[in-house]
Amino acid sequence: MRLTCPNCGERDRREFYYVGDAVALQRPDADASDVVWDDYVHNRDNPAGVTRDLWYHEGGCGAWIVVTRNTVTHEVLGCELASKVKEASA
Amino acid sequence: MADLIAETPCAGLLPVKAGGVTLSEVDAGAMTSLAPFKGQEKALSGALKAAHGMTFPAANRATGKGGARAIWFGQGQAMLIGPECDAALGSLAAITDQSDAWAVVRLDGAGAEDVLARLAPVDLRVAAFKRGHTARTMMQHLMVSITRVGDNAFQIMAFRSMAVTLVHELETAMKGVAARGAG
Repeated sequence: MRLTCPNCGERDRREFYYVGDAVALQRPDADASDVVWDDYVHNRDNPAGVTRDLWYHEGGCGAWIVVTRNTVTHEVLGCELASKVKEASA
Repeated sequence: MADLIAETPCAGLLPVKAGGVTLSEVDAGAMTSLAPFKGQEKALSGALKAAHGMTFPAANRATGKGGARAIWFGQGQAMLIGPECDAALGSLAAITDQSDAWAVVRLDGAGAEDVLARLAPVDLRVAAFKRGHTARTMMQHLMVSITRVGDNAFQIMAFRSMAVTLVHELETAMKGVAARGAG
């Protein structure tokens, strides 16, 4: 698998570390209810299809990247800097 | 008090030669990482030019020349190598002294590209990776910075604590390339 780092360009998968669901970019408020926090910390969908995950370009520029890919076809649909995604949602 | 002796990261390991390729240690001088504060990228580039003669490098590029170089070193970061960093840049960027923290080596000679092709998962042939281009990537399991500094010459940097591994990986690949060339 190859991922296109927004800084470095297309790179081999071995340079990247998988972090988890990009839901981590939508941290609830500190005073949100237990249910919201429980959902954020523990509950994940496991879809066969398109997922959005965080990857860390550990062996490269050190950027956090949101990778959209299809777990059925293994197609990589897009890579964005997590900082940009976060700013856009703020 | 003990009389301390300064040793370079690759002391006793280099230089080595195999085929037409030489691996030698570079005395890089001072090393300072520059991480511009938010919104200060342009101002820092101007101040860097005024203080040390090179602009802040774009991603995957190096500016300056041998002895005074700024190498892009990751997201929002460059490494100034050679001169002592002007402390006034500290108002525009987080500046951190990293002198002696990195092993710096130079891989030189026809076949240097073939050596790196055995180790790094990036196309470093001259058509894709010209003089002044740089990459943060891996050599086997080692995180490195690779910069083309000449037609057949690369500067490679790794954490000082990994100097033996760095030399081992490169020397092994150099011998492999040399053996194949001899056959």
